Amino acid sequence: MAEYLIKNGFVFDPVLGIRGDAADIAIKDGKIVETSAVKSPKVIDAAGKTVMAGGVDIHAHVAGPKVNIGRNFRPEDKLFNCKPGHGIERMQGGFSVPTTIRTGYDYAHMGYTTVMEAAMPPLYARHTHEEMRDTPILDQGAYPVFGNNWFVLEYLKNHEIENTAAYIAWLLRATKGYAVKVVNPGGTEAWAWGLNCENIHDPVPYFDITPAQIVKGLIEANEYLGLPHSMHVHANNLGTPGNYQTTLDTFKLSEGIKPNSKFGRDQVMHHTHVQFHSYGGEGFNFESKAPEIMDYVNTHDNITIDLGCVTLDETTTMTADGPFEHHLTELNHLKWANADVELETAAGVVPFVYSANNKANAVQWCIGLELGLLAKDFMRVFLTTDHPNAGPFIRYPRIMKWLMSQEARDQQFDAFKHKDKVIEATNLAGMDRELDLYEIAQMTRAGPAKSLGLAHMYGGLAPGLDGDVAIFDFNPNEPYAPDDIEKAFGNARHLFKSGVQVISDHEIASNGNKRTLWVNAKVNENPQVMRDVKEKFLRYYTVTLNNYEVAGHHYVPNPYVIEVDATQ
Amino acid sequence: MTKTVTDVVCPFCGTLCDDLEVVVSDDGKDLLEVYNACAIGAEKFLHSQAKDRITRPRMRQEDGSWKEISYDEAAEYTARILADAKKPLMYGWSSTNCEAQSIGSEIGEAVGAVMDNTATVCHGTSLIAVQDIGIPSCTLGEVKNRADRILFWGCNPAHAHPRHMSRYSIFPRGFFTGKGHAGRKIIVVDPRVTDTAHVADVHLQIEQGHDYELLDAFRVAFKGEKLPDFVAGIPKEKIYEVAETLKSGRFAIIFFGMGVTQSIGKNHNIDAAIAVTRDLNEYTKAAIMPMRGHYNVTGSGQVWGWQFGFPFAVDLSRGFARYNPGETTSNDLLRRDEVDAVFVLGSDPGAHFPFSSVKKIYNLPSVAIDPHETPTTEVCKVHVPVAFVGVEVGGCAYRMDNVPIETRKVVDAPEGMMTDEEFLKRVFARVKAIKGV
Ligand code: SF4
Ligand SMILES: [Zn+2]
Repeated sequence: MAEYLIKNGFVFDPVLGIRGDAADIAIKDGKIVETSAVKSPKVIDAAGKTVMAGGVDIHAHVAGPKVNIGRNFRPEDKLFNCKPGHGIERMQGGFSVPTTIRTGYDYAHMGYTTVMEAAMPPLYARHTHEEMRDTPILDQGAYPVFGNNWFVLEYLKNHEIENTAAYIAWLLRATKGYAVKVVNPGGTEAWAWGLNCENIHDPVPYFDITPAQIVKGLIEANEYLGLPHSMHVHANNLGTPGNYQTTLDTFKLSEGIKPNSKFGRDQVMHHTHVQFHSYGGEGFNFESKAPEIMDYVNTHDNITIDLGCVTLDETTTMTADGPFEHHLTELNHLKWANADVELETAAGVVPFVYSANNKANAVQWCIGLELGLLAKDFMRVFLTTDHPNAGPFIRYPRIMKWLMSQEARDQQFDAFKHKDKVIEATNLAGMDRELDLYEIAQMTRAGPAKSLGLAHMYGGLAPGLDGDVAIFDFNPNEPYAPDDIEKAFGNARHLFKSGVQVISDHEIASNGNKRTLWVNAKVNENPQVMRDVKEKFLRYYTVTLNNYEVAGHHYVPNPYVIEVDATQ
Repeated sequence: MTKTVTDVVCPFCGTLCDDLEVVVSDDGKDLLEVYNACAIGAEKFLHSQAKDRITRPRMRQEDGSWKEISYDEAAEYTARILADAKKPLMYGWSSTNCEAQSIGSEIGEAVGAVMDNTATVCHGTSLIAVQDIGIPSCTLGEVKNRADRILFWGCNPAHAHPRHMSRYSIFPRGFFTGKGHAGRKIIVVDPRVTDTAHVADVHLQIEQGHDYELLDAFRVAFKGEKLPDFVAGIPKEKIYEVAETLKSGRFAIIFFGMGVTQSIGKNHNIDAAIAVTRDLNEYTKAAIMPMRGHYNVTGSGQVWGWQFGFPFAVDLSRGFARYNPGETTSNDLLRRDEVDAVFVLGSDPGAHFPFSSVKKIYNLPSVAIDPHETPTTEVCKVHVPVAFVGVEVGGCAYRMDNVPIETRKVVDAPEGMMTDEEFLKRVFARVKAIKGV
């Protein structure tokens, strides 16, 4: 493999603690190495440019059944944006739900090299893996959803942590999954009857368990196993005015639980797209509760969050929160797809137009940015849009601009139709904080890598880490306009993935060697769980047990298996 | 000695049963018996064993006779006609695995083909309706475990999807449906007195071609508004009664088929049927599902969805993907003489397309890749026999509810025969060589 020496760039790396000093970064055999370790490297002149590790996305909906519903039922999403292939680059299409090919390329152009698919319905694991397989360049993993799974509901009703853990280990192996995802705990099962769970103590119909029991039990099972990532939750009540209380109640379920993981994370709960969960007030008078939310997050070390920033675009919402999507289609009267999955979960998909002319959307925009600007520790607060829910991932550079520049925020405020009312309902207009690139590198690289338990591979430029390096046309020491940030970070000059140059002078140079990460957790034999599995497949599933497991080269051609030993 | 292979997936219809058992000879060459399958499924397996099966590619001669050619020659011919054409049609894709579909997409991209599947003459109208209004749906296990109101509209599973009723929709006992059939109300809407209608609690014998009116009438009836005395030949009392039955269920599901997708109104019928389902969700839980025919037509729509963004009628000839049913659909292209080569895999347009389209295929450079001799192989210049997917080679297939299942290999293909995937890889290599990429 070629050796590279990236010379003289302004390096921003939280792992090495470099805050924009000029430094050299060397790559050899797919890894970052000491500069002395390369003999005859290809030299990349990065003088006057910004150098960072490859970006890590902890939460995006980029592969699997609901993403593909979004693609197939929105031909309009491809209007005027298709791009012919040339050379090694294949044809691309789609804006808010791009084709898998475009997904890989667009992330690469932003300097991202690892992207986690945030919700995989277990029964559709094959589909999710097929799409990830066809997404070039990126390393990916997928989180199977557990929060409405019948096994989990039945075990946790009686607080059977060991059985829950054994089932999680089994399902991660069967689906080649990465982490424990929870979406609207209990509420999605209720949705199978057209109902919902509206707070953490609202019992799940028939199953006689509360969302609180599900979340707490899954945290405990997750720590029992010592998985790389923590339990990853999207709480009840997403999108509802006044929901910040449910969010705080959900946060509190993590209190008193310590991480048990040899993968270096400090949290036991990751709460995703918190913007959607930080609303006060009622009905049309909804308002920002970002300060209350961030007060909690800032003072509790065992939680990480991602923002879920609204980007003010037309997009396609999609979530395993079935009742929420039904609520949304009633609100905006746009087309609605729903897919309930036997014994496991559900999904809904609805197009949505976030408009600067709409007060509620503008308030949502403020809340996402407030959460970021109120954060104290950027190793625990990550930049996302819950792609494509609050906006497409290609807007990350624009969000960086907003977080880094008050001038850019003011420009956006001026474009709001109901500017005064928006300012009244939020706190953002009074904030003058501007994040720097070191903080951005924490919230897009080192932070998510650590939260995922992947700090030994991703998120930094220390020797021994994967050779994932991005070089941007951005000189932090010279004057710049806010838009220069967006432009530079949306179009990396060079990008290396595992030591392969995948972007050269802004052009795709290689389709890379994408890997699929999954977690193989070993547990003690658990005959009861295996009996329960057999029984449920025999009686309630419509596929046989032997046809459930994802196996075969064509689903996971290049696996990267993380072994966890939870036998004791 | 014989061996029994369990959990075998039936590669025939969109029901995609995965509980078959197949007895094979000890050497894995002969398929002896098939258990659990319906008659058509079993026939599919046993048919693969026909002694007079064609096992080598062949090319049509001037005098109409066939001449055996090698797979290399067949790949060369296929690559040539695709690469030389301005706008080749690559049609079918419904009876093969997703791996073959995926390589086919790459070939299509390289040669600028129009990719179309059997939805074009079947549920394409449903896909268009979904693009208009969405689709509240679910997996078949949700139906089995929860549904107590089952409505079949313009479909006859008793014949087209024989095990659907016993595995998923009418008879099974599930978690919340312990009484099985006794706990469910079955409604059939069909102008014919079908075998499915015979097991229904209510058969609405609708006047042919009046589906849209009756669907709309249900929407009116849900709201308790006034109806004329008869709609589509059904007395209004009956409509109010059925509307009430649907609303009063805990979980209602509508299955629909060709009787409503290809009759007058087409996609507008499906729009209305989905609107009925949306409306029902105001009162209870409801879902709707197309009864997809070929066992993996669904999969080809998925593969193209993630690679190109559209589920059928995908025109790649301009270098990027375009989709415009009516323009980029197979029969429209053939009839307007817009395609200059035809490639068929995993479908039989010779049997299912209008004669005018079939004649066009006959007059063009053409290749049919199919384990069987079919009406399509009869009109094509080259026939490439391949191994049976789901019998002689595995691979991924998507059930009518989009659930992906890995099909199984149960016996070896005859000595020296290629699979779809192997043959397409060879074609792709030749295409790349010809195009110099
Ligand atoms: S119902 Fe369909 S899938 Fe099932 S055995 Fe019969 S033909 Fe095969
Ligand atoms: Zn999400």
